[in-house]
Parts: sequence; C-alpha cells; structure tokens
Amino acid sequence: MKQNTILLGHGSGGKMSSELIESVFSRYFQNEILSRQTDSAVLDVNTASIAFTTDSFVVEPLFFPGGNIGKLAVAGTVNDLSVSGAVPKYLSAGFIIEEGFPMDQLEAIVKTMAEDADKAGVHIVTGDTKVVDKGKCDKLFINTSGIGYFPEGRRDLGIAKGVEAGDLILINGAIGSHGMAIMAARNELNIGANIQSDCACLNDLIYSVLNAGYEVKFMRDATRGGLGTVLAELVSKHKIGLQIFEKKLVIEQQVRGMCELLGFDPLYVANEGKVVMIVSKNDADAVLNQLKKHPLGKDASIIGFVTDEYAGKAWMETIVGGKRIIEMLSGQQLPRIC
Amino acid sequence: MKYIDEYRDGDVVKQLKDEIVRISTKPVQFMEVCGGHTMSIQKFGIPSLLPENVQLISGPGCPVCVTSRSYIDKAIAISRRDDVIITTYGDLIRVPGSTSTLEKERAKGANIQVVYSIMDALMIAQKNRRKKVVFLGIGFETTTPASAAGILKAKVAGLFNFSVFSAHKVMPPAMAALIDEGVPIDGYIGPGHVSTITGQSIYEDIPKKYGMGVVISGFEPVDLMQSILMLVKQIEDNEPKVEIQYTRVVKPEGNIKAQQMMEEVFEPRDDWWRGLGILKDSGLKIRDEYAEHDTERIFSDVEVEPLIEPKGCICGEILKGLKKPKDCKLFGKVCNPLNPVGSCMVSSEGSCQAYYLYNR
Repeated sequence: MKQNTILLGHGSGGKMSSELIESVFSRYFQNEILSRQTDSAVLDVNTASIAFTTDSFVVEPLFFPGGNIGKLAVAGTVNDLSVSGAVPKYLSAGFIIEEGFPMDQLEAIVKTMAEDADKAGVHIVTGDTKVVDKGKCDKLFINTSGIGYFPEGRRDLGIAKGVEAGDLILINGAIGSHGMAIMAARNELNIGANIQSDCACLNDLIYSVLNAGYEVKFMRDATRGGLGTVLAELVSKHKIGLQIFEKKLVIEQQVRGMCELLGFDPLYVANEGKVVMIVSKNDADAVLNQLKKHPLGKDASIIGFVTDEYAGKAWMETIVGGKRIIEMLSGQQLPRIC
Repeated sequence: MKYIDEYRDGDVVKQLKDEIVRISTKPVQFMEVCGGHTMSIQKFGIPSLLPENVQLISGPGCPVCVTSRSYIDKAIAISRRDDVIITTYGDLIRVPGSTSTLEKERAKGANIQVVYSIMDALMIAQKNRRKKVVFLGIGFETTTPASAAGILKAKVAGLFNFSVFSAHKVMPPAMAALIDEGVPIDGYIGPGHVSTITGQSIYEDIPKKYGMGVVISGFEPVDLMQSILMLVKQIEDNEPKVEIQYTRVVKPEGNIKAQQMMEEVFEPRDDWWRGLGILKDSGLKIRDEYAEHDTERIFSDVEVEPLIEPKGCICGEILKGLKKPKDCKLFGKVCNPLNPVGSCMVSSEGSCQAYYLYNR
C-alpha cells in the first residue's frame, strides 16, 4: 500500500527505506552513478583543482512563491560553486524528515530538485535520508554538498585577487526579493503581497560571462545578509574601499513597499539568485551587456566602483546625495516599533 | 513608489540644501527626539548634506533606550513563572537587564513571544485562557493608543488573563527637561508619529517658555531637509514657534479618538528616564478602572533581582545629546549590536546602533 506520510520506518534502513528511495529519490534523481547504489559515489575528475562546498536548508515555509526548499538546496550549492569560478558537477543530498511529513510534498520537492539539477547540468550522485520523531525537526531539512571543477586557465574568483581601484561593481538584478518573499509567505503579518523569490541556479549566466573571456576579478553570491553584507565583508577582508550608488540599485516595488512597512533595509535582505561581480573597468560595459542578454541578468547594473580612498570601508551615496557607510549586519533585522 | 519617491527626490533635496546654506548665518544645533528620525537621518546621510554650522544631535527618541533596566528585570522575573506568556515587540527581546535578557530567558524555556501588534497578544490570550498573558507596553504617544485599545478590548471580551505592563511615556516633559539641563539645543525636529496622535498643542510651551522652535517633521529626506530649513528660518527671523512640516499626516489637533482612548485607560505619573532621571508626569499608569489588566498590580509580589547598572556605558549622556556614540569607550568594541551593553545599541532606533550601522 502506498503511504501518504513519512513514518519513522522510512528511516529505519530496512524495507520501507528502500521503498522510499526507489519510489521517490531514485525515481527523480536518476543517473548512472546514483543507480550503482554503492556506499560512495566514485567520480572521475580530471583536473588539477576542484571546488567543494556544503550548505544546509531549513527554510520556513517549505513552499513559497518562486520556489521551494528543494530548489533552494540545489541553487544554493550550484551558486556557491559557480561564483568561485568552478563548473558545478556533482551534488549530494541529505534529507532530515519529520515523522508524519506528507509524501506528496516530499515528492514535489524532490521533483523540483531533479528538474533544477538537470537544467543546471549537475548530477545528484549520493544521498541520505533520516526520519526523526515528530517535533524533533521542523518538517524537512535538506543538506546539499557539491563538487565543481576548474576548467583550464580559470582561477578561484572568490578571493578578490587583483582587485584594484577603478574596477567596477556589478549585480545581475533586483535585490531583496527572496527575503521578502519568505516574509510575505509566512503570512504572520497578513500582508497580501505576492513577491516572487529570485531563487535560481546562476551557473549558466556566470559561464556566459566567463566563457567570453572578460576580466572578472571577484564574484560572490549575495545570499543571507544581502548585498550589504557581501560588500562589508569584502572591504574588511581585502582592505579595499568601495562606493556604490543607491540610485543604481534595482528593488521591486512590492519588495520596497514591504521593506518600508517593516523598517527593513533592502541592502541586508536575502537573495538567492544574485551574483556580485567585480570587473576591470575596460570590460565592465561588455560584461553588463552579456549579463543583460540572459533572462537572469536582464536587470543587471553597474552599481559602484572600487577605490583606494577609504580602504576598509564601503560607502553608499544615498538617493538624495548623502553618504552613509555599509556595515555588516549584526543579528537579525527586527521590525520597528515606532 | 507613490508617496515616497516624491520625498526622496535628489533635486529637491539639493534645492533645500542650497537654501539652508544661503540663509543660515549662525551656528545652530537641532535635536531630533524620534527614533525614526535618527534612523532616517543616518540612513540617507543627511548630516553630510548640511553646512558646518548646522549640526544635528539625537535625543531620547527611542522608547527602548530610555526604559529603565529595572523594567526589564521585572519582565524577566515575571517571565520565569510557569503560568505566564510574555508578548512583546521584537526590539525589547535583546535589551540587557541586570543579569539576563528576555532572549536568554526564552532560550532557557520561558514562554516569550514576539508580536507585531497588541492584537496578536490578545489572540494569544484568547487561545491560552489558563495562562496569564502579559504584553510589554512600551513607547510614546505612538504606541500608547494601541495599548489602550488592547486593554479596552480585553475588558469588553472578558479576557481577564490579559494584562499590559506599562512603560509608556510622553515626550514633552523630556523635551523641556533637556533644555532645563542646559543641553545646547537651538530647536527641535518634532516627532512625526507622536504628533500624529497628539497634535501640535503639546509643544506650545517650548517656544513660549524657552524661546525655541519645534518643527514637526516627516521621515523622508525632503521632509527632514525642509524641517531643518524651517528651523533655520525661524532662528534667522527670530520667530520661534511650533510648525508642522509633515502636514500630509499630522493635523494640528491630532487624532482625537486616539487621545480619548489614551485618556480613558491611562493617567500620568512621574517616571524614570535613562539619562534624565525622574521627570514629573512623564509616564503613563493604567487607571484603577482597568486594574485587572495592569501587570504591575497583578504581579506586585514578584521578586525581582537587585539592579546592576553597566560600568562605562554613557547611554545617559548620549540620550541627552551631550555626547555622541563615538565618545563612548565601549562603542564598537565591547558594545555592538550583537552584544549591546547599553540600550541605545539594542534598538534599531537607538543612536548608538544608528551610528554603528551607518556612520562609523
């Protein structure tokens, strides 16, 4: 009989586990390596260096406009690999499931993961499932790890090597959509906003730029902590100065409205499909055009520049011409009371 | 975005800036007494737009910041009781008490829930009839009407398990006290939200008694620049008065209905302000008619730990505008938003946090 919900037995390692793996995981994540069902996936990697990353996903709600936890779990890891300059190749997927979790929801999530992995050209080659007692985890947690390789001649772009005054800062579109989509979807606030998360795999967009041979010096995906945190981290680690322009930032109307209402600063609101690039001045316009050609980069813009004037600080010229510093976000942003 | 973009127009701001530069001759210092203004001023970089002779200082406009440590200690003591659910706005959760915070108590198992409005707290009381639900009522005239409405609703609905722990305060006594204490102020940027409720009459004493202007301002850059221009003009013309810049929201008479609700539920009492001490008639106490919804009376027997004030913290002087956050030895080092020593670093509207985030 087909089960409608996850039972503790599905994590027992016995017959029910096999059934779950067969009927859900293997069914969607089919590939030659996974189908061997061995303890370890054995991978052929013909390259001098690889990129390796891991991330856990605990989003609430699991389904939100623009995606679900599965889409996040694939995109998050694919993007972490891609911004380092690597080509993502293999993913692992670990599931921690609360007893009683609806089977159809699990299937929907796994199906999304398979589709997105497929689109991004990565294989989910190993995985794990644990079922915990009701109340011991919140519905479903997913961990994904990923391996990517560096094609010949490409170096690690996460370390900001060679970034110098005059370089320009780009981002591939509107900020703050994911964070506010989640806030709106939680519906604790009864705000009738329908904000779509920007959750997406960025590898295709990133290659279109790297493969064209432009001088990209640094990349980072602006996820938790938002664009502001990426910039603040960058200046504190690399002792460079940055200046950006508030009027160059794209923020969707609904996202802006909700931020205003709640007293959030969109600079610090999470994204799940945004990459910040630092590009040499000569190539910046060409990179911008390349980004704009891609559906995930159509709202791309050059938002600022690197300067040696105030090393260690990131500044923003505000929309009215004032200057303010961009500092690392401490703790969570809280709604205002007054 | 309509009703916002018009007030963030760089060209208009520039015109206002040029006009301020053109007419201002004297060195002046204006104080904002609303946390929302403090935040906006830093967020839009307003000080960098003003000429040298026009300075802004932040006053005691953040309700969390002026609240006494003993209030937090008492809330913590109440939260330790098994039969209690504490409901609170998010800002209070990390404010340090003498030895703990509500956040730490929650981690230890106290039932403390962050709500966005007092109506959420009432819902919690409705669903948990066997628990005593306490709402931490904090804020100036802005949030007080909501607390009053909550108490009135609880009374009508017979929700006797619901009470409000009032730390509500009113703004004018603090504004007068700052001048009395000799804080160098040449004019007030009057609070926008407070005035929406109270109207302008509550400030009339300030020009009358002290010869100093008050301009009730909105929160956008154009609002703030225009208010500063109006204050400069008052000074140059030597005509101190109460004016409303934020006319699209604030009516001279205020919101009468909200005032009536406040009046119905609360009465004035002397209250303690961080940095200012006890100010006459500056706090709000729940009236006898609503005693069954007054946390102070319900939990009058709760034992509270002895008060310990933090060493080296100059929140008091910062709230009075006598010192800037940068003058504090703890600022940015021991004291930061993740590990706030004083209350000014806790709230997103506190001067220390605003300086930390936008102007360090």
